[in-house]
Amino acid sequence: MAKDTPPRWDRRMQQRLSRGEAAALGELYDRFASLVHSTAYRVLDDEEAADRVTREVFGYVWENPDAYEPRRDGSMRSWIAKLTRRQAVHRLRQAETRAQLERGGGGAEDAEELERKVRRAAVSARADFIVRSMPTPLRLALESAYLQRRDYRQTAAELGVTEDEARRRLRLGLQLLATANTGPLDGRAL
Amino acid sequence: MSGGYEDERGMAGGAPRIPGPRWAADDHGVLPPEGEPAAGTEGSPTAPLVLTHRVLQSLLGAWALSVCSAEETDAVEEHLTACAPCAEEALRLRDAVGLLHHEVALDLDPLLRSRVLENCLGRRPPTIPVPDWAGPYDAETARLDALLRDLGEGEWHAPVELRWFDGLRPASRPTTVAGVIGHLTAVDGLVASALGLDRGAGPRPGPGQGPGAGTPLERTEALWSGWPEDGPPPTRAVRGPWREQVHTLLRTVSFAGRGAPELAVSYGGFALPLRDSLLDRAFECWVHAEDIADAVDYRYEPPSGAHLHDMIDLAARMLPAALAERRRAGLAAPGALAEAGAPGRTLHLEIEGAGGGDWYIALDSPAALGTPDRKIAQVALDGVEFCRLVAGHVEPEEAAAGQDGDRAAIRDTLLAAASLSRM
Repeated sequence: MAKDTPPRWDRRMQQRLSRGEAAALGELYDRFASLVHSTAYRVLDDEEAADRVTREVFGYVWENPDAYEPRRDGSMRSWIAKLTRRQAVHRLRQAETRAQLERGGGGAEDAEELERKVRRAAVSARADFIVRSMPTPLRLALESAYLQRRDYRQTAAELGVTEDEARRRLRLGLQLLATANTGPLDGRAL
Repeated sequence: MSGGYEDERGMAGGAPRIPGPRWAADDHGVLPPEGEPAAGTEGSPTAPLVLTHRVLQSLLGAWALSVCSAEETDAVEEHLTACAPCAEEALRLRDAVGLLHHEVALDLDPLLRSRVLENCLGRRPPTIPVPDWAGPYDAETARLDALLRDLGEGEWHAPVELRWFDGLRPASRPTTVAGVIGHLTAVDGLVASALGLDRGAGPRPGPGQGPGAGTPLERTEALWSGWPEDGPPPTRAVRGPWREQVHTLLRTVSFAGRGAPELAVSYGGFALPLRDSLLDRAFECWVHAEDIADAVDYRYEPPSGAHLHDMIDLAARMLPAALAERRRAGLAAPGALAEAGAPGRTLHLEIEGAGGGDWYIALDSPAALGTPDRKIAQVALDGVEFCRLVAGHVEPEEAAAGQDGDRAAIRDTLLAAASLSRM
């Protein structure tokens, strides 16, 4: 339901936030809190840390609604998802660095290990967003194959499409998902 | 609560990252599920499949997910040794499979919302705040919405018994979770009407009715009767219109002028000022959220102490008029003559727990003044218990209340509290 944010809604929301309308902030939270929180949780694997990132992301958006540029950022949904990944990755890096120092580490090997961990978390979060936002037919096909463990013929029957189409959807869905592995690793703080 | 899937493969394990040149059949991991062989896997090895490049390429996704037949798997892997572009894609798609995982069903802490919003508003004060008196309605609707977000499709049909006290005895009416949301939408529509917003979500007024006409019961029935009789019963589709109306109401009261809190909201038989009406709607939202939570076997907490206090205060303020009405109907003992504004016989309502406090209820007339000096009875009970009484969910005789003083006055007051409830 939250998937199709028409550009009109995004623009209006931005205006209302800029105007300082508290009711708009409430609506923004209702629409995106679950996206923000689950993304942060996926990266940080810690509920308290995810709560904190949620606070930070909404705080940032409320203070800087004009930082959103639809032409550059796409939908408000993907902008907020991007901000969340950035902040969560930033917090993860901080927490991991701290943990390494406490262990007395911090050498080159540790730094490499940290980068791997951060990258893995960032890619996972990006992948989640891709799955959530991909066209429903593709998502349903992937869920049928991966979660319900149907072979592609069963998936075709389940979705009421030809076997050819089922194969096409599975391949396309994975192709989209694979793009999570590319793209820069951006963990700048908000 | 969310539709949990089982999967033994875990998040990323299972499939090898780089496909081997030949993939033995028993390397398939756990796919296909036991007892359900994929088409064409029965029997001993058959002649190799001969497929065109186009078909082989189209199979790459299914292959990466291990959801094609053994023959197809063999054919694809044979092809990968000879076709570089397909081999490259196969590797990419196999890596992508490792990114699929099961959604971790982590319910958002309902208290997070107020913490996040407070933090925001502290960092940048709003130019157009949501008025304080709309706070409970904002909070309670958000809590209910969080509960609804987590409901599975089937749970929307869970039976719910709407209960209230009709003045004489407990009454009830069966509906479903979706029906409850319809009910909330219809009655919130009364507020929308008063604000001149009556379009869309609420039921259309019937013939001969002006806009906004109708009691909560009539509006609810009008909305329910608009649901298709032959089609499937409504499910989560009812959530959107309800939530949208809530958002519109909150936005509208934020912009409304100074007189807005006193604007009359008609409930058919009576009216409440807007500020009390939204408090009443917050109360109903909580009560029905609890009905829903019970129906789907989920925990639901009472409102925050401050909001609970406001709700109790509203009920306490409404009690003298409810007593007077029962008296007119011959359901309560006659009161003493009291001069308007002068102190009269009083019941001390002592509410314990979060949101509690002391209220002095004027027993003789809504115009009289309740005062500790004229106290003839005292009732002590827990705030949440008192709210259940006011919701008609606890019978007046059974309310767990400490009592002291005039028996008849206590009985009449508890009955009046219960008769504040309605469907």
